[in-house]
Amino acid sequence: MAVVLIIVPLLGAALAAVIRANRWRPWVLPPIALVHLVLTILVLSRPDQPVAGQWLELDQWLALDPPGRLVLLLLSVLFLICSFYSIGYLYYRMELSNRIFCVGQLFFLAATTLVVCSRHLGLMWVAMEATTLATAPLIYFNRTPRSIEATWKYLLVGSVGIALALLGSFFLAYAAVQKGVDPSLLFDSLLRNAPLLSKPWLHAAFVLLLVGYGTKMGLAPMHTWKPDAYGEAPGAVAMLLAGGVTSCAFLALLRVNQICLAAGEGAYTGRLLVFMGILSMAFAAVFMVGQRDFKRMLAYSSVEHMGILVLGIGIGGPAIFGALLHMINNGLTKGVLFLSAGNIHRSFGGKTVDEVQGAMRRLPISGTLFLLGFLAVTGSPPFGPFISEFTILRGAFGFGRYVVGGVFLFLLLVIFIGMGRTVLTVVQGRPAPGARRTAYREGWLTCLPIIVAFALVLLLGLYIPPPLDNMLKSAARFLEVRP
Amino acid sequence: MVSVLNMLLVVVLLLNLFVLGASRIRALIQAAALQGVLLGLMLVLVHEHLTVRVIIIGVATILIKGSVIPQILFKALREAQIKREIEPIIGFLPSILLGALGTAASIGLAARLPLGAGHAQLLIVPAAFSTIFTGFLLLTLRIKAITQVIGYLVLENGIFIFGLLLIEAVPFLVELGVLLDLFVGVFVISIIIHHINYQFASLDTRRLSTLKE
Repeated sequence: MAVVLIIVPLLGAALAAVIRANRWRPWVLPPIALVHLVLTILVLSRPDQPVAGQWLELDQWLALDPPGRLVLLLLSVLFLICSFYSIGYLYYRMELSNRIFCVGQLFFLAATTLVVCSRHLGLMWVAMEATTLATAPLIYFNRTPRSIEATWKYLLVGSVGIALALLGSFFLAYAAVQKGVDPSLLFDSLLRNAPLLSKPWLHAAFVLLLVGYGTKMGLAPMHTWKPDAYGEAPGAVAMLLAGGVTSCAFLALLRVNQICLAAGEGAYTGRLLVFMGILSMAFAAVFMVGQRDFKRMLAYSSVEHMGILVLGIGIGGPAIFGALLHMINNGLTKGVLFLSAGNIHRSFGGKTVDEVQGAMRRLPISGTLFLLGFLAVTGSPPFGPFISEFTILRGAFGFGRYVVGGVFLFLLLVIFIGMGRTVLTVVQGRPAPGARRTAYREGWLTCLPIIVAFALVLLLGLYIPPPLDNMLKSAARFLEVRP
Repeated sequence: MVSVLNMLLVVVLLLNLFVLGASRIRALIQAAALQGVLLGLMLVLVHEHLTVRVIIIGVATILIKGSVIPQILFKALREAQIKREIEPIIGFLPSILLGALGTAASIGLAARLPLGAGHAQLLIVPAAFSTIFTGFLLLTLRIKAITQVIGYLVLENGIFIFGLLLIEAVPFLVELGVLLDLFVGVFVISIIIHHINYQFASLDTRRLSTLKE
């Protein structure tokens, strides 16, 4: 099944590559996304079925672990939302060829699915690198000097990060070789042999993997590519990066951390993760206050939420459940924010508070969703992120880590105020007399996907459906290994 | 066998110092390519029994690192019509000194790490650390986009050297995947370089500074 999940988007990409009409090509995206989601639900509803089948010993390499199930569901839902939005968006960009855009998106779906299904450290690494290569041309979609600059930084910083992750993977294997343990990079065998691994090499491996996959997640101080890439990419692409690529990198980090936990190094990794989490939130807070470009502001918000994710994992216990739930909430909320910000950007032809005011008056749906998305992402009730951030906070206080909890709350407050100023300037008032007005008008295809994403964010704040709750609980249990 | 391997690793270390001191980009590309060829040879040398699989990987490494990637870079160079890295952030002589310090530190670090049986008399670990450090120096101290790509390649070479210790543990698929990714990555990057050149009429990454706070 996992093989089919990867092959379907690849076939879609091939189809998108051969279609010659710019107008019809984007219509390949929704059917592929739908098939992917249906297959995902089929796979998730039968947890015991081997996902790869017996042939070629693939089931050793490709399998779905409990946290992987969560990420797969998130990816599939985000991609479906994005696929409908992309049609609406590309309708306004008919002057540009969208061949690379459509092929890249489908290739992205295949690569991220492969990351999720990999049970081998090396294969997962190859798939992560493939996601970088699939998304880089998407950032370059607008063909402006600024977008080239963003793509260049994304490729270079991302490639160096992923190279360090490879070195970390090698160190992990060497930790086994040095002790004469079976040096397999299959996660199952790494978990089994974890207590026997050489400690100095394991520590070094964790640091490199944290820096490497942390670069892909956009943890500070390796986040420098993020504001540029998210700021210059079309909203639909920024959404896939902020909700999809980052979640995959987080999943990679979860799996590495799990191996260290199994080796009895939880205290060591926990300290590093909490430190990186707080540092990322602090960086985001500093750069978000007084940010005039609202898409860059969203990028810093993504840095903040990546910090919250690793903070939750570093704290452990109930905070792991909180972090996993927060991954889902963050992905969906970033969808709402980036897509509505994309509509506002398209209508005003600018993305700074100097050019854009009165978005709610001109674009009632997108402006309102942007405001609601801001409330959700900063952790206001009754939206999903409130529940997950509260769970992480409760975990911190439950373990008696009052300083960590206090700093966490303080940074959330600073970010709320800093982000609020920018967002309110954008949505309130009326457009300036000389403000540009492009041909963009709100339509079903560019608004309904955002409404769906927002409905899911609201739903997760009020009620977590039992199947999802089960998946979250079994993933948290799976990750909380005790030696 | 050990002495041959160590001799090749010493050549790799010397090439590291060479790339830090070279100003002509052609020479830089050739040095990185030569490192790639040496890597392919060492990959075959570390195996006690030659199998078809080992020979295929070795030849593929030599072809991709030693020929395909340099050709792409040379093409980018011709299109961009640049020859030299004129204004490095840190001069060539200080760069070489930094590289030499890095090499010394790598040897010291490798001596302190616990190594597996038979690995201590090999220079693989210090050579890997030193090459990775050289890659980082090129990435941070040079401003031409193409020199930074070469820095990335040298960094990857260093990681590959470390991989020699584990060639038995890393299966075929991953080895090929590593090479393929490297290849595709550089391919895409050189397309981008071409566009940077087209848009900015220069390959100077200092001009890529509109996006900042």
